[in-house]
Amino acid sequence: MTRLAGARSGAVATSTTPVVEVADLVKRYPKAAHDALDRMSFSVGAGEVFGLLGPNGAGKTTTVGILTTRVRATSGLAAIAGVDVTADPVRARALLGVVPQHTNLDRSLSMRQNLLFHASYHGVPRSVATARADQLLSTFSLADRSKEKPDRFSGGQSQRVMIARALMHDPAVLFLDEPSTGLDPAARLFVWDRIRELRSQGTSVLLTTHDMDEAQALSDRVGIVDHGRLLALDAPDALVAALPGSATLDVTVIGTGDCVAMLDALGELDHVTRVEPVGGEPPPQGHQVRPGSGPVGAASRHGSADPDGHQVQVRLYLQGDPAGLVGPVSETVARTGGRLAQVALGTVGLEDVFLHLTGRALR
Amino acid sequence: MTLPGQASIPSAAARPVQAAPASVSPARAFLAILGRDLYVTGRELPYFVAQAIIQPLFLLFVFGRILTQLGFARAGYANLLFPGRVALTAVLTAIESTMLPLVIEFSYTKEIEDRLLAPLPTSMVALEKVLFSTLRALVAAAVMFPLGVWVLGSVPWHAAGAPLAIAVMILGAMVGSAIGLVLGTFSPPNRISAVFSLILTPLLFTGCSQYPWPSLDRLRWFQVVTAFNPLTYASEGMRAALVPHVPHIAAWLCLLVLSVSTVGLTALGMKGFRRRALE
Repeated sequence: MTRLAGARSGAVATSTTPVVEVADLVKRYPKAAHDALDRMSFSVGAGEVFGLLGPNGAGKTTTVGILTTRVRATSGLAAIAGVDVTADPVRARALLGVVPQHTNLDRSLSMRQNLLFHASYHGVPRSVATARADQLLSTFSLADRSKEKPDRFSGGQSQRVMIARALMHDPAVLFLDEPSTGLDPAARLFVWDRIRELRSQGTSVLLTTHDMDEAQALSDRVGIVDHGRLLALDAPDALVAALPGSATLDVTVIGTGDCVAMLDALGELDHVTRVEPVGGEPPPQGHQVRPGSGPVGAASRHGSADPDGHQVQVRLYLQGDPAGLVGPVSETVARTGGRLAQVALGTVGLEDVFLHLTGRALR
Repeated sequence: MTLPGQASIPSAAARPVQAAPASVSPARAFLAILGRDLYVTGRELPYFVAQAIIQPLFLLFVFGRILTQLGFARAGYANLLFPGRVALTAVLTAIESTMLPLVIEFSYTKEIEDRLLAPLPTSMVALEKVLFSTLRALVAAAVMFPLGVWVLGSVPWHAAGAPLAIAVMILGAMVGSAIGLVLGTFSPPNRISAVFSLILTPLLFTGCSQYPWPSLDRLRWFQVVTAFNPLTYASEGMRAALVPHVPHIAAWLCLLVLSVSTVGLTALGMKGFRRRALE
């Protein structure tokens, strides 16, 4: 793979400095067993939407925390538009806007005042600030409630205000930490549209997400992170295209006698390029799953097999039409002593890239 | 595995990377943050003043009037009590104005984050809190004078002591803000009510606001205890200014101890603030 951890992206290099540059970034929290960030490196170009995709605890928020001057790096470089955030956090803050996961609006101020006071902290002239606030409140469909206080707002409305607030000082890059977590579908699409607008206006965006749809829908490039490391970095389509196969067939098998034989047999079918047992989070070391300790459905929802080996979940990557393969798969499973319990057809997505890189499902 | 080339980024639409604006001004950001606090307080000024006077009102009434009229306290006690009460108001209001918002904003509402991301050094955000709480406490302490006249009929005052009174009020408010900064950043948020009673109550009653310090020489151990409380020097300094004939700790010593404690506690509080603000 050309873009493993540590590989620097050259494709977006322009004559100008990258808006965000991260090189060999390490963060070690006191008393932590592992580094939260382990030599993370990437850069974001001007006008680019860059997605950091990974499960909770992968190091996404820590990366954003360092870049936004709220977390101190243990070592390595983090820079915004050429300004080292460790050496000169004050100048870096003038260049970045932050939308956190949780609401942190000023509850003593109305929505409009939240925007205007933020602008005053950043030295935006009053006349510019009022015009910009009115424009942003209207863009984010907040104009009619601009005099209300934040405690009366829903999560989606608060988040829109926070995005508008972050844009008040016209930052070079906007950081969005898990932008659609906890939003209803309409609110989520609204935010997605605004992010696309920002991109078209040339504002760089760095977003973190554990949602592959979001990463795929919004990002020009996606960095896949896990355990504080960057595992792959490329355009979403390129990441997906690099996987063998264009479609998937998820099968759940009950009562297979010989799991390995079944996987081998499935792999030999025509059009099947790869077979992968779908694994969940690996159990902690020394952890033993006792048979019959819980409902089978819950135990095997993400896992490849329940403790007795009665149920196995397998993903087949294949070329061509997956529907035509259901019959041969069913026969093969039956031949190796199992029975098909569930079949789902799908196309290859970023989640499969993650699965391929880490051996476990994203969620 | 080799991944194919990257999709092109629409760099044509991209604007050039901004150079860091030359106009980044920490001083302006500091004033803007102070402006925010003044605006919010100004809007609720009546509540703030009511909150600041309610306890002194009852204290002066019960101890300064009721007890003296009933003969349980000597006639001149109100004159001893009043300077101590001004000092106590300055220190206590400042502690509360710093400590409570910090605990709430750092632990629960996270409101302070937008100010921490403003273009100024983190320690200046802490200093702004100290300055703002000092201003609030000075307003509350100044209100004590008309309140004292109203409740007690008159308050001790002589013009020559005015500069000292003002200096002690300012330093008392500053040391209170610094104590609030330390308590607000070092207290575990889930123990805040315990910290409030376990630290503030002893602070209030060992601060010589209800009795002059030299008179404690008959109770030596308690006199030693009170010498460690910055409030003692604010109370004694106010007595030096308003009732100089009553034996008191020398004014220069009060000013010195208050200044040194302000500097020391502010430095400690800023350390706590940075610890909360940066991971």
